[in-house]
Amino acid sequence: MIGAFLSRAGQMLLVIFGISVLVFSIFFATPGADPTARIAGRGASPQVVARIRAEYGFDRALPIQYVRMMEKLFVTRDLTSYVDHGEPVVPEVMGAAPVTLSLVLWAAFFWVGGSLLIGVASAVLRDSWIDRILMVLGVIGLSMPVFWLGEVVNLFTQSRWHDTWMFSWVPSLGYVPFSQNPWGWAKALFLPSLTLASSFIGLYARVLRAELLGAMGEDSIRTARAKGAGPVRVWLWHGLRLSWLSYVSLFGLDFAQLLGGGALLTEVVFALPGVGRLTYQGLATLDLPLIMATVMYSAIFVVVANALIDGIYTLLDPRIAGGRNAR
Amino acid sequence: MRAEPLLQIQDLRLELPDGRRLLDGVTLDVAAGQSLGVVGESGSGKSLTAMSVMGLLPRLKAKGSIVFQKHELLSMREKERRKLRGSQMAMIFQDPMTAFLPVRSIGAQIDEQIRLHQPLSRHEARALTVKLLERMGVPDPEMAARRYPHQLSGGLRQRAMIAMALSCSPALLIADEPTTALDVTVQAQILVLLRTLREEGAGVMLITHDMGVVAQSCTHVAVLYAGVVVERGTVVDVLQQPLHPYTQALLAAIPPLDGPKPERLPTIPGQPPVPEARPSGCVFSPRCPKVRPDCAVRPDMIEMGEGRRVACVLYGA
Repeated sequence: MIGAFLSRAGQMLLVIFGISVLVFSIFFATPGADPTARIAGRGASPQVVARIRAEYGFDRALPIQYVRMMEKLFVTRDLTSYVDHGEPVVPEVMGAAPVTLSLVLWAAFFWVGGSLLIGVASAVLRDSWIDRILMVLGVIGLSMPVFWLGEVVNLFTQSRWHDTWMFSWVPSLGYVPFSQNPWGWAKALFLPSLTLASSFIGLYARVLRAELLGAMGEDSIRTARAKGAGPVRVWLWHGLRLSWLSYVSLFGLDFAQLLGGGALLTEVVFALPGVGRLTYQGLATLDLPLIMATVMYSAIFVVVANALIDGIYTLLDPRIAGGRNAR
Repeated sequence: MRAEPLLQIQDLRLELPDGRRLLDGVTLDVAAGQSLGVVGESGSGKSLTAMSVMGLLPRLKAKGSIVFQKHELLSMREKERRKLRGSQMAMIFQDPMTAFLPVRSIGAQIDEQIRLHQPLSRHEARALTVKLLERMGVPDPEMAARRYPHQLSGGLRQRAMIAMALSCSPALLIADEPTTALDVTVQAQILVLLRTLREEGAGVMLITHDMGVVAQSCTHVAVLYAGVVVERGTVVDVLQQPLHPYTQALLAAIPPLDGPKPERLPTIPGQPPVPEARPSGCVFSPRCPKVRPDCAVRPDMIEMGEGRRVACVLYGA
């Protein structure tokens, strides 16, 4: 058990190392581009450029540059953005993480709840008109670009109908920390997370419906009915239990990707100061240290989430865990 | 029949929505303490008959009558039937690997059935499960209950399946080819187990295509061909003196145990009829060596003695 855990942790470190090398080489080892000038920003004085060059070791060999960069990212954490008036980058990312986490947690709550409801309902009522309507709605949700939907939501709730009874509760754009005002936090995140969830609900409901219908044809479901279990129990307890796997793996990947900054568009549209918006700013101003930090942050999240999902997998399906005991 | 039959199937018919007929008049009965072997080749409707009794074919409408413990099942409300399922009548499936939910332990699945029908606590249910597994000859039953289906051997899985079926002491046990997926030694153990159950007073309906299994563990036998019961009787009568030409041909196709090995085993020429082109007369007539013009009318079941019936014009008055 401990051995498996350690080997898994080792694998994760190796993957993160690989990603960091890759990202580093893309930004700093590309021939023909001077990273010093990029970090210093446009119109920097020669003194600043010289200082940066010495600080990051850009006058030395590539491996040393890499080690310096990683040291600044993970050990001393004093990577600074010169574009943004000497703001330290790592605390900035860490400060943005709770915003993204809140948004994605809310969205996950909506999309898991919604897709469970819709997926099970349309599987139970398969081929009926309710099933068809639900599936069409799902496709509509899936195919609406989130930035457009977000703008439409903003248009109605922030300006057009803001003063009607329906949307007068909607706070102005931005984020309220949970520690400051939990109710305000929930209100500020409700519409953004619902918008973000809308595209996932359709996809997940579709996956769940297909998996559930496949599972209901299994022999073990017939056994469940032969035991005298009622339809609710058969669908929810036996059927869902069999169809969780691909749903969970899909969820793990999407969730990690969103936490790592994949909710960029939603965050930008709703002016939420999360990691995605930070990435967006970094890219817009070509702020190399910031880009480096957000990309590494997101890579770590995806890798860790993958490991977590593998753990949950073995809990959900004992056949995966017992490689040695099987047969 | 001496005893009041536990299960009485009268003229059971099953049709697909498009009108293709799958079962075309299945009539048989099982009394308590009897073990009825239902034999026939693949596609003859053995499993469909069993599933109809259990009510596991919600998409097909069955016609005819299935009386179980004096209650008509076909007109019974689904809720009432569900109460019978698993408690009064239980089923053992052919493949214990796929019949169990692969993601939950054996014990949890047996507990579930117990708790569906009896007001027992989790703890009491588990105690009963362990006792049942022990009775089925599962070594270290407490440990086995905590295992997942894929961690048990085929024989143990089938024992667990039987333990689950017996968990609420059903009056009728339907076993759908319970030994097909097992090797011969395990097969014998399972059949002994089924015989013990029958001797303890349960009615058993054993579905198989293996005449050897019937001879070993059944008291009565019903021969099914293309959705019709063509012959019924005690095992001794039917196996020693088959009346229907189909039963005769079926028994002739079993290789003899002693004497010279035949060059070729006798086979039945032709194919069983497909549901869309079943003969209007005797279903076996297209392949029957003794076919006569009056086979064009479906023959009735003719009583040939105590519980012995055959549907063939050869034995008409």
